[in-house]
Amino acid sequence: MAESNGAMRVEVVSPERVLFSGEATQVITRTREGGEVAFLPGHAAFLGALTENHTRIYLADGTIQNLAVHLGFVEVGADHVTILSDAAELEQDIDVERARAAKARAEEQMRSEHSAEVEADLRRAHARLSAVGGLGAASH
Amino acid sequence: MAGGQERILRGRIRSVQATKKITRAMELIAASRIVKAQQRVAAAVPYSELITEVVRDLSAAGAGSSAPLLAGRETVKNVCYVVLTADRGLCGGYNSGVMRAAEGEIKEDALQGRGHTIIAIGRKAEGYFRFRGYNVGRSFTGFTDSPSYAIAKEVGEYVTGLYESGEVDRVELVYTRFVSAGNQEVVQRPLVPLDTATTEGGDGKNASGRDYEFEPSPDAILETLLPRYVEARVYAALLNAAASEHAFRQRAMKSATDNAEELIKNLSRIMNRARQDSITTEIMEIVGGAEAMSAGN
Repeated sequence: MAESNGAMRVEVVSPERVLFSGEATQVITRTREGGEVAFLPGHAAFLGALTENHTRIYLADGTIQNLAVHLGFVEVGADHVTILSDAAELEQDIDVERARAAKARAEEQMRSEHSAEVEADLRRAHARLSAVGGLGAASH
Repeated sequence: MAGGQERILRGRIRSVQATKKITRAMELIAASRIVKAQQRVAAAVPYSELITEVVRDLSAAGAGSSAPLLAGRETVKNVCYVVLTADRGLCGGYNSGVMRAAEGEIKEDALQGRGHTIIAIGRKAEGYFRFRGYNVGRSFTGFTDSPSYAIAKEVGEYVTGLYESGEVDRVELVYTRFVSAGNQEVVQRPLVPLDTATTEGGDGKNASGRDYEFEPSPDAILETLLPRYVEARVYAALLNAAASEHAFRQRAMKSATDNAEELIKNLSRIMNRARQDSITTEIMEIVGGAEAMSAGN
């Protein structure tokens, strides 16, 4: 579209502070019903509800910022992507050991009872591990 | 006899000095916390602005005509007041200002035949309203000088639950808004149902003038978004209240310190006069005695 070569402003905002802000060329996240979506600069205005997921922000300098987003919303315009989430964690803030333990615990619970809560726990642990690359090839 | 008075005064001065040290320390602590609290208020602004914008865009797209949190009720039988005070006193008129405002509203409602439920935030509100026999639905205490989002979430979930179950027909927030370090005001803001004036873009156009694609449908997004919106509003109120609390405490403790200084000044003056008096009396007695002796000779 219009400014497909340019970069766009990406912000990840939690109620307590702005978690991340920077220039990026692509953002991949996952909406609640639509699966994974990628946004490039010049994307049409878009508003979506997110599920627990591993979001990737391709920064203008070529590096990738990984983060785990646990529910929230994404608002997209031609030159910006804004992710609103009351629980999002940057890759560098995630405690891998804790996430692993949470995943094991949730999987254990899944065997005995199958509740929506446990399922959400598992999805959260999954998103965290995927964001730190601790899930191996299974994530992509 | 005059020496006794001097000793009593010396004791009082010492005790006022000790109190002054405490109030001075509290003043300095509060002053340093205002800055931090102010930063937290500022840090929460982007999220609440963005979420408001999204709610506006959604309602401009025609979503939410059926959302219970947006639709007001025709007859209001019960009003819920979320009253935000501090856990501790020693902050001047901070607590009483908020509680008086809430109590006034409740009495007004009672005259018009409406019932009330109070959600007390902070130990002071809990004690005040419980003691006076008001209907306190639930209280949240122990965090008012640095509230976290998790608490806003809990409060938000509780009040939306009350509203959706039909137990209350309106929810109002009563708190102290932090305008600046020198100016705070007690305000009352409607929380649920959400004010249509704040959620609609006025002329029905969306705020940013864009046509959005929605995924999932606007109604489905709005349904998950509105509770977050309520939480963000509660969180903003909590942060404002915390900043105001520190500002009030700093001012109260500053005037207490000034007052203690004044008191020490006056007491030392009286003590010095008493000491001088006793010295004068003593000299007079010696002189008198010496004269009597020489007269005797």
